[in-house]
Amino acid sequence: MSLDQLYQQIILDHSKARHGSGLAGTQAPGGATTGQSHQLNPVCGDEVTLRLAVSDGKVAQIAWDGAGCSISMASASVLTDLAEGMTVAELHEVIDSFREVLRSRGKIQADPDLLGDAAAFEGVARYAARVKCAMISWVAAEDALNQAA
Amino acid sequence: MDNAEVRRIRNDFPVLDQLVNGRPLIYLDSGATSQNPLSVIEAEQEFYEQRNAAVHRGAHHLAVEATEAFEDARQTVADFIGADYAEVIWTSNATEGLNLLSYALSNAGLWAAQGRGDARLKELALEPGDEIVVTEMEHHANLIPWQELAFRTGATLRYIPVDDAGALRMDVARDTVNRRTKVLAFTHASNVLGTINPVKDLVALGREAGALVVLDACQSAPHMPLDVKALDVDFAAFSGHKMLAPTGIGVFYGKQDLLDILPPFLTGGSMITTVTMERAEYLPAPQRFEAGTQRISQAVALAAAANYLTETGLDRIHRWESALGQRMVTGLESIPGIRVLGPAAGQERIGLAAFDVEGVHAHDVGQFLDARGIAVRVGHHCAQPLHRRLGLTATTRASAYLYNTTDDVDQFLDAVAGVRAYFRA
Repeated sequence: MSLDQLYQQIILDHSKARHGSGLAGTQAPGGATTGQSHQLNPVCGDEVTLRLAVSDGKVAQIAWDGAGCSISMASASVLTDLAEGMTVAELHEVIDSFREVLRSRGKIQADPDLLGDAAAFEGVARYAARVKCAMISWVAAEDALNQAA
Repeated sequence: MDNAEVRRIRNDFPVLDQLVNGRPLIYLDSGATSQNPLSVIEAEQEFYEQRNAAVHRGAHHLAVEATEAFEDARQTVADFIGADYAEVIWTSNATEGLNLLSYALSNAGLWAAQGRGDARLKELALEPGDEIVVTEMEHHANLIPWQELAFRTGATLRYIPVDDAGALRMDVARDTVNRRTKVLAFTHASNVLGTINPVKDLVALGREAGALVVLDACQSAPHMPLDVKALDVDFAAFSGHKMLAPTGIGVFYGKQDLLDILPPFLTGGSMITTVTMERAEYLPAPQRFEAGTQRISQAVALAAAANYLTETGLDRIHRWESALGQRMVTGLESIPGIRVLGPAAGQERIGLAAFDVEGVHAHDVGQFLDARGIAVRVGHHCAQPLHRRLGLTATTRASAYLYNTTDDVDQFLDAVAGVRAYFRA
């Protein structure tokens, strides 16, 4: 597998764009319940603090602060785009699917209809050392979701 | 040494002869773990094929052969570091050696409090008001055991800071190490900065304070001549796997008079004289610190590794690797957006360089290099406080050994030069 298959354009773009980045500048919408989760990868020092707001059973907002490699930052950015507007059940389904693909060592293909841009992380599953990078914000989102919903 | 000799040396290391991602492997991660020459692999295999048995027990032929091989290995390694035979204690690695010492010292306090053992144990024991001094550049293995010893005894942990160029602040050290200091522990050479510390000056400070002086020799024993007697340290620890030997074997050195009185850390079989249902009496060092069945084949293999290094010549290896280290730093400094940690080009450093690439995380740097067959280490290199001090969380480190050519370094530099463009930094 080549480097370009791992670092797909979507990943490189999102690693710079970082949608949802900046906890300090965002207020959770009024009436929403929120959950917040901090996740750390002690191997590389990647860190994500993610806050998720749920209103009327839907994800109203995701905001996060993070520092880490391009995979971890892009993954948080893609997650933000994907999750906003989803129902709690839908986001759980997407997180479960993403985790299943990432942990499959490349055996399970991503479903682009379900995962959207997150399907670009399929190649990460072949790099065991990088799976945690891609997962870190999703683990935080799952934790925050359980608090908020 | 020169590239022609290195190419001959490489023939002794089968693992180096392979393609990684379609490119010839360039292994620049020996600071983490080194590769094994055939003579080491064969020494371990020969032991299992011809003389495997438990040592120090049993009167049968194989047991005698195994014990001889095991104890000959101890002598070889003692000679390798300028120690006496009974001053070399086998451990799993340097981490275990440093933990052994930290627990032996807290046991010294427990023994002294109950009047057990030698009267001098009272001087070794730590209590509130006493201080343990380390440095800001320590590997976690030479930091956390001391944090925990301070916790167990009520002593205070202090540290000698580093300056921005990665050198110890020796002006501060003169105050930090004082008459309250009971233990002074520091690394010989930094696994991140590449700095070689002024051991003689530090030992002098330790002596003046009446402290025990502990040397982390993980990055020196494999790479440069090491004489623990000439350095006059009280204890030293290093790992076999960083010096061409297998994993699972390391060395803990202690001065005989100290080892003779220190209580054991691990207890059990093979380290006792008389055992009753109530208590036990212990053998002198080294057996006192080698409870249970030992890593026999690994010790034999470590001796083979020491012989390989001695035959090549540690001073020659050190000169070659220092030149490779300079080549790395000079090259890295000329690439825009690269910040090298530790001494600048032209300043003394061992054969490694850790660096930050502006706008690109170390993990991505490592992945980019791996795609070109180049193996480096990424992360905090088990030195989080040092990275925090330098304002970083993770860096990339290239570390050379006697099997690396200047071409390895040049290809590494060429690859690093392409990193920022790839990641659009």
